[in-house]
Amino acid sequence: MSKDVAVLGVGMHPWGKWGQSFVGYGVKAARDALKDAGVEWKDIQLVAGGDTIRNGYPGYVAGATFAQALGWSGAKVSSSYGACATGAQAISVARAHILAGLCEVALVIGADAAPKGFFAPTGGHRPEDPDWLRFHIQGITNPTYFGLYARRRMDAYGATQEDFAAVKVKNSKHGLHNPNARYRKEVALEDVMSSVLVADPLHLLDICATSDGAAALVLSSMDFARKHTTGPVKIAAVSTVTPVYPNSIIEMPNLATDSKAGVGLPEIGFKESIAHGAYEEAGLGPEDMSLAEVYDLSTALELDWYEQIGLCRPGDAEKLLRDGETTIGGRVPVNPSGGLGCFGEAVPAQAIAQVCELTWQLRGQAEGRQVEGAKAGVTVNQGLFGHGSSVLCTV
Amino acid sequence: MPDKTNAPAVEGLFTMDPREPRLLGTRCRACGTYFFPAEKSFCRNPACDQADFEEVPLSRTGTLWSYTSASYKPPPPFVAKEPFEPFAIAAVELEEEGITILGQVADGIGVDALRTDMPMELVLRELYQDDEHVYFTWNWKPSHGGGAA
Repeated sequence: MSKDVAVLGVGMHPWGKWGQSFVGYGVKAARDALKDAGVEWKDIQLVAGGDTIRNGYPGYVAGATFAQALGWSGAKVSSSYGACATGAQAISVARAHILAGLCEVALVIGADAAPKGFFAPTGGHRPEDPDWLRFHIQGITNPTYFGLYARRRMDAYGATQEDFAAVKVKNSKHGLHNPNARYRKEVALEDVMSSVLVADPLHLLDICATSDGAAALVLSSMDFARKHTTGPVKIAAVSTVTPVYPNSIIEMPNLATDSKAGVGLPEIGFKESIAHGAYEEAGLGPEDMSLAEVYDLSTALELDWYEQIGLCRPGDAEKLLRDGETTIGGRVPVNPSGGLGCFGEAVPAQAIAQVCELTWQLRGQAEGRQVEGAKAGVTVNQGLFGHGSSVLCTV
Repeated sequence: MPDKTNAPAVEGLFTMDPREPRLLGTRCRACGTYFFPAEKSFCRNPACDQADFEEVPLSRTGTLWSYTSASYKPPPPFVAKEPFEPFAIAAVELEEEGITILGQVADGIGVDALRTDMPMELVLRELYQDDEHVYFTWNWKPSHGGGAA
């Protein structure tokens, strides 16, 4: 049985700081996706919402919140949360319903209205919550982890701060003409290097901002798609893997790793296993990818992902970047959308936005940033506490 | 002003021995796996379904896996000193336990004095005070002969 589902329609609300409710952003993205699909809201059989935890109760039950805003229609509903991997969870729910024959066409929506500055844990005195504990007892923020990984690249592979800055320079060019990107301005190497150091060795412009934004997809069975379009982009795989014990790499928001005393390490690490799961499911490999959208919470993390999704061997990411292989026009452009560097993170929308970009690229509709002849692409991302997130699309 | 009482910022994570403090973890009696912070309800090794733990003080020394800095004041529930003083943060790997543990670097020692693989040791430092208590947490510090000037 084919595991393909069709991406019939995509839509986004531009990223930014708009000062409005996340619900309105989500409705805009959903209506655009419906229009793009040529499907009416009343025909949607399942609404899969990606939850936001920073917008009160409506955010915890986002599926119903969006369904109510679009007008109660009696559709089935689901609401998912997986931190940064929330969007992949919502996509996975919709895809599973379609593949199981429980519905034919589903609407996936994620939207956020984000606070400024560092993400902080929810309130109270909760020492049993690792997210609360790391802030309270050590002052460890999300950029701390980005800084630790970046320093490892420098000490293990000889990466430089200029290499990290070059990722930002590349992505700022990619995002220049993307109408949904928040930052559409070329950034020079010196701009990054002269921005303030936030988490050594990373500067302010190495680290992604937090944004408002929304993204939506209309997904359907291949049979349903045939009645509406020809040659749609397909989701060939969704990987939502968890780590294999022991995960010996320090992961946000933990203060400590698993113990590797007495238990052998798994064959591949968690981050490597995420896209690997998608490749296995699709029967494709990294050599088949025309492009990738990776979660560049920091510039240095983008380089880690090159290796973790198999674009090159460990230690070769800087060379891949310097050789222009991951720039549009190169062998396998990474983050042609501009990535989080140009968008800022809108948590529950981000993994859905990655699939929007793959879709536009595979349709040849990514104006001003098109990867010529794109046939397949992969997204990768991870959510706190071990939510893998990777979607592989083909055309 | 009456003397304030020293107290850990969070109970049960470390001993208050001022000279040789230790982090407090647990070890599964069935499979030998360590946990920090202490795990007492279930063993997270998928090959082990026991729930029989002994509390163990962890090694006081380890090697530096990586390091970074906090140049901006972290948000609450961190209680920052005013004015805020930037600090370095270390990830230190404990060999026997096979665990890497994060912590601030003590005494204003900055990233310039740190190098991957250098030996580090555990110390206690004040985190903040209220009217009655001085609250402590753990920090990492380059060990003697560890290369920090």
